[in-house]
Amino acid sequence: MKTYYNPEDLKKFGNIGEFGQELADKFFSYYNEVFKAGALTEREKSLIALAVAHAVQCPYCIDAYTSDTLEKGCAEDELMEAVHVASAIRGGASLVHGVQMMNKTKELLM
Amino acid sequence: MANPVKSLKAQKHELGETEFQLKVLNDTEKLGFEMPKFKSKLQAIDLYPLKPTGLEILQINVGKMCNQVCAHCHVDAGPDRKEIMTKETMELCLDALKNHTFHTVDLTGGAPEMNPNFRWFVEQIRAIDSEIKIIVRCNLTIILANPRFHDLPDFFKTHKVEVVSSLPAYTEARTDAQRGNGVFRDSIKALQMLNAVGYGQVGSGLELNLVYNPSGAFLPSGQAGLELNFKRKLKADFGIEFNQLFAITNIPISRYLDYLIVSDNYGAYMEKLLNAYNPGAAEHVMCRNTLSIGWDGFVFDCDFNQMLDLKVACGAKHLRDFDREELENRSIIVNQHCFGCTAGAGSSCGGEVAQATA
Repeated sequence: MKTYYNPEDLKKFGNIGEFGQELADKFFSYYNEVFKAGALTEREKSLIALAVAHAVQCPYCIDAYTSDTLEKGCAEDELMEAVHVASAIRGGASLVHGVQMMNKTKELLM
Repeated sequence: MANPVKSLKAQKHELGETEFQLKVLNDTEKLGFEMPKFKSKLQAIDLYPLKPTGLEILQINVGKMCNQVCAHCHVDAGPDRKEIMTKETMELCLDALKNHTFHTVDLTGGAPEMNPNFRWFVEQIRAIDSEIKIIVRCNLTIILANPRFHDLPDFFKTHKVEVVSSLPAYTEARTDAQRGNGVFRDSIKALQMLNAVGYGQVGSGLELNLVYNPSGAFLPSGQAGLELNFKRKLKADFGIEFNQLFAITNIPISRYLDYLIVSDNYGAYMEKLLNAYNPGAAEHVMCRNTLSIGWDGFVFDCDFNQMLDLKVACGAKHLRDFDREELENRSIIVNQHCFGCTAGAGSSCGGEVAQATA
C-alpha cells in the first residue's frame, strides 16, 4: 500500500460485506433509508452529507457527495456554504471549549 | 471549460466525423475498463432487436445553424453550420404528417427559427391538424438575437406551439459555462417575454417547458426535485413561471464527447452510465415511438442516431420512400451511446422515462 487513500477504493465500498455480510447489509439498508426524502428533501440531505464529509474529513465522502449534490442540481455557492457550515461548527467546537479553559484559569488564578 | 467558438466540423476536428465518434465509443482501451455492449444489455431482458412500439412523434431537425455554440451540443450546431432544410423537404414532412397518425411534431435544430421557412412550415403543420402538438426546441436567446425574431412569442402563441427550452441552471455562471457568455441573461429576458404573452401561466394552455441537462460530467437526478428548485429560484429571482422541467442526460457524442475526453472524464462518465443502467428505462426509450428526420430528409431512429449518421435499418431511409409498415417493423439501431438514454430514470427529449432503480 503506497498511499492511505485511493480514489478507486470508493467503488469498492459496496464490497465491505466481504468480511462480514450481515452487518454490512444492515448498514446499507439503514444508509439507503436515511437518504430517502422525508421531512427533508434528498437535496437537503445531500448538502448535509457534504458538510459532514468535510467535518469528518473523509475524502471518499467528499468525492461522492460533491457529485451527488451536483447531480441534485445544487450550485457551487450552495456546496461552499455547506462546507462553511462544517467549518463554522468545527471552529466553534474548538472555541466553545475555550470557556472551560477560562473557567479553569479563573479557578487557578488569584 | 471555455466555450468553443466554432463547431467541431469547422475546426476539422476528428470528432466532427461520425465514424470516428463510433470508433471512440467502441474502443475499450480508451475507456480503461471492459464495457459490455449495449446490445448485450438488451439481449439480457429479451429486448433485442429493439422494436418500435408505434409511430407517434415526428422529430424534425430543420437545420444545424444556430446562434449559440454550446459546449455540450450533440448536433455540433453553430453559426458556421450551413445545413438547412429546404421547402421541398418540408413538403415531404408535411406529406408524412398528412398520411399518417403522428400526434406530435417536434421541431429542432440548431436554432429551428433560423430556417427561413420555419414560420411557413409551422403554419402548414397547423393547417393540417388544429390539434396536433407542435413543439419547438427554442434556445431562448434567438428571440433576442435579431429584431426579426422579437415577435416569436406571439407567433408561437398564435399557432399554439409548445415551447421547450434548455436552461441548464438557474445561475448565470453555470449556464454561461455550458451555453456561452451572456446566454443566461438573454434566456431570462426571453422567458419573461414568453411569460408576458401567457406562456407558462396557469390556465393559458400555452406550455413552456424547460430542459435541464447537467453542465459537466455527471448525471441528472430526480426530475421532480430539480423542477421544484428551478421553479422556486426562477420565480423568486426573476418572476419567471414555467410548466415542467425535463431532466435530460448528456449523451456522449459530438461536442459533449469531446468535452469528456479533453477533461479526462470520459472513462468515469461511461462507467457512471453503465452502473446506472436501468432495464425499466430501456423499455421506454424514445426511439420506440419517435422518428427523427434530418435536415436533408433522411430518416433516423432518434436525434442521436441522426448525429451519428446511423440511418434507419430498413428500406425507408428517406422521406421520399416513407413506408409506415416497414418503419414500424424495423429494428432500431443501438450502440454504446444508448447507455445515455437508459441511465437512472432514463432520458428522452421529454425528460425521465421510468422510475430510477435504487
